[in-house]
Amino acid sequence: MTLTGARVVDPATGRDGVVNVTVADGVVTAVGDQVEGRRVDLDGLVLAPGLVDLHVHLREPGREDAETVATGTAAAAAGGFTAVCPMANTEPVCDHAGVVEQVLRLARDAGHCDVFPTGAITRGLRGDELAEMGAMAALGVRCFSDDGMPVRSAQVMRRALEYARTWDAIVCNHAEESTLTDGAQMNEGELSTLLGLAGWPAEAEEVMVARDLVLAHGRGARLHVPHVSTAGTVELIRTAKARGTRVTAEAAPHHFTLVDEAVRSYDPVYKVNPPLRGKADVEAVREGLADGTLDAIATDHAPHPPEQKEQEWVHAPPGMLGLETALALTLTELVDGDVLTVGQAVAALSTKPARARDIDGHGGPIAPGAPANLVAFDPAQRWTVDAQVLHSRSRNTPYAGTTLRGRVVHTLLRGRFTYRDGALA
Amino acid sequence: MDHLLSIQDLTAADITTILDTAAGLKDIALRPIKKVPTLRGRTVCNLFLEDSTRTRISFEIAAKRLSADVINFSAKGSSVSKGESLKDTALTLQAMGVDAIVIRHAASGAPQQLTRWVDAKVLNAGDGWHQHPTQALLDLFTIRERLGHVEGLRAAIVGDVFHSRVARSVCQGLLTMGAEVTIVGPPTLLPPRVDTWGAAVSADLDAVLDKTDVLYLLRVQRERMGQQFFPSSREYARIWGVDRDRLARLPEGAIVMHPGPMNRGVEISADAADAANSVITEQVTNGIAVRMSCLYLLLGGEQATA
Amino acid sequence: MPSAGAPVLAAQDIARALKRMAHEILERNKGAERLVLMGIRTRGIPLAERLAGGIAEIEGTGPGGVPCGSLDVTLYRDDYARTGPLPLGATRFPGPVDGKVVVLVDDVLYTGRTIRAAMDAVMDYGRPRAIQLAVLVDRGHRELPIRADYVGKNLPTSDDQEVKVHLRERDGSDEVLVRRREAAA
Repeated sequence: MTLTGARVVDPATGRDGVVNVTVADGVVTAVGDQVEGRRVDLDGLVLAPGLVDLHVHLREPGREDAETVATGTAAAAAGGFTAVCPMANTEPVCDHAGVVEQVLRLARDAGHCDVFPTGAITRGLRGDELAEMGAMAALGVRCFSDDGMPVRSAQVMRRALEYARTWDAIVCNHAEESTLTDGAQMNEGELSTLLGLAGWPAEAEEVMVARDLVLAHGRGARLHVPHVSTAGTVELIRTAKARGTRVTAEAAPHHFTLVDEAVRSYDPVYKVNPPLRGKADVEAVREGLADGTLDAIATDHAPHPPEQKEQEWVHAPPGMLGLETALALTLTELVDGDVLTVGQAVAALSTKPARARDIDGHGGPIAPGAPANLVAFDPAQRWTVDAQVLHSRSRNTPYAGTTLRGRVVHTLLRGRFTYRDGALA
Repeated sequence: MDHLLSIQDLTAADITTILDTAAGLKDIALRPIKKVPTLRGRTVCNLFLEDSTRTRISFEIAAKRLSADVINFSAKGSSVSKGESLKDTALTLQAMGVDAIVIRHAASGAPQQLTRWVDAKVLNAGDGWHQHPTQALLDLFTIRERLGHVEGLRAAIVGDVFHSRVARSVCQGLLTMGAEVTIVGPPTLLPPRVDTWGAAVSADLDAVLDKTDVLYLLRVQRERMGQQFFPSSREYARIWGVDRDRLARLPEGAIVMHPGPMNRGVEISADAADAANSVITEQVTNGIAVRMSCLYLLLGGEQATA
Repeated sequence: MPSAGAPVLAAQDIARALKRMAHEILERNKGAERLVLMGIRTRGIPLAERLAGGIAEIEGTGPGGVPCGSLDVTLYRDDYARTGPLPLGATRFPGPVDGKVVVLVDDVLYTGRTIRAAMDAVMDYGRPRAIQLAVLVDRGHRELPIRADYVGKNLPTSDDQEVKVHLRERDGSDEVLVRRREAAA
């Protein structure tokens, strides 16, 4: 099969131009003028390495009413992703090899997308005893996180960073100093005061990131900072990178597209942790992505069933869907907004997250011998988000009714269509 | 008016209409038959998911004096205690055809959420730390009745502004009506970015007393002590509490207000609470007329019968 | 503006009618001791005051000799559900109404609905011995079984006409006009 006529954007090789890509037996066999085998016409589309999401919640095992590995990875394929990293906060927690194996098997059976589970740092996400990282690492786990539950003890965090070095694995700590966020509901500021919702101050994120950066630097360990939401955090990471700390960081689409004003509606679809911030923070996150301080765009895809979200704001759980809108939001807000080039956008959504998590075979290169994990998208097509037709089992997207530019047309996993002509294959 | 959710939704003209109407309704309480037939056939549901006997009774009397049928729905012993969601409760009330829902809820924003699920008029009787618009309106009514006007008055709101929906509502109402407001209290009990409210801010009660026409004291909850907002109620009373001595430093004619229930001996001493310039019981009386006014203004017209 | 046309009652006609009505009220009630005149807001109020003044003059009781109050019937209207809330006016009774003869005073008697509301309002204040009705103009078209006891002038009209009463206290001059109703807005 030869994919013809697309603008190939491959940050791994620096290629950005119209060229044909031939795929056979799951791998790219040639890149050039050749047309071999069946011809798939991609005129007018961008062909890029399949997208990689470092931060998703597939909810299985335990909350299959919100999402399953099958529905979540279907949403991923529809969003152009070929690899996703589900967080460990399932029920039971992914803190031992059994859950890792279960998630891997469910993903393999569904076949929509590669899955690279993140293991827990501590047993039951309780923040005290280390989880058996070694058993999970043996199954390929490269990153450990107690997502949603910050590791409060500096001692436990320091040990975790040290211990993970055994496999040169990455520790990702939920950046929230919880003594500053007791009962917090939204970004702390003028609006939280007016709306009568307890504030989640920027300092709570920055204090935790600062601590973790110092600890990681001292141990020479690898740290990943999830969902960066404040200007101060961007600056802390920028400084740490400059002094050689082994840190990577991600930003979620909602943190570069939405501001806390949305909370005025008290519609819990806008409730997320860390919360939507102010304009200056959104600007800083965009700058962080532009200058590479923030390596990756990761969705924090967090499905919740309607009965969970249609509650009083304070009772509704935080989180929003992300997989099926991430690419379009990036193109609409960052590429159209002259923050990133198309090449930088693909890098932030694919190449850099793959490298940040040591995921081989994803994120490019699009070159002979490499697995054919690819996405083809129409950068010009406008579409309106309809929550009812998403592939996720849940509907909690704040972008319902929003018109975005850029739409996934095909997704290929090892040369096989997982998503084809705008429909699940 | 579609609903009464926040004092911030009201213009000075809206507030004046509500207060004028309340003035016309106040003497119903003085008549042999304390009732008019205006809301005959209308059903008002008091949906009190947070306990508040005082406010519920005030709304209930207001609705009954206008001849509305009143249903009281509280969390205890209801479907809510069996885990029914606010949305399902709302849909149930909608299906039963209530015309107005008076909601008290511990969660900020719950009244606004309710408007998405019901056609009934929604009146916010206090939500979380957010708003308590009828409290602000009855306070403005009381000030206007006592002092003749609100515009140009100097008001000081003292105490736990951080956790107080009353403070937010009263401050915004006073500012809308053209008063000058100073927020007074320990910085730990002032909300973040209180500087954006359009009020002056001070930690020194004694410095503002002689420039205050309306001294508005807020309830200070003793449990805030354990949360490091202030060290002890004794220290609070010494620095921010109002006693006879501080009362004496107010200008001639100044009034003292409190939304109740009071913590005598903390934010207000017993003799200050009972002093001649305390209008605390008038606030309670006026609450009924103001709530009648809100029901009267909300429930008329085509939409209510649709 | 619709054409005003000539007044059907001029100032002197109104004065004469009120004087006659004052005599009728006295005659019917055998004196003024038990009378309370209640003007229905808004133009009933000056009319009630003038009638009270006229009665006092005839009886020689001096100004203020006949108790006179004002009645706002807004809260008793039957069209709240349709028209929505209207501004409230003050209701003021000059004293208790128990055992008194309350004479309701209004400018125009039309459907009778306002008078029904006014009677209910008075009954909520006490138990008068009787309620009577005095109107400057009765224009017909009753929708309720209500009849005026004292009428300044019977004025047959059609439904597409409206009767405007101008009184000097509110409008600067005394006159009654009949004109075509403005097209429904």
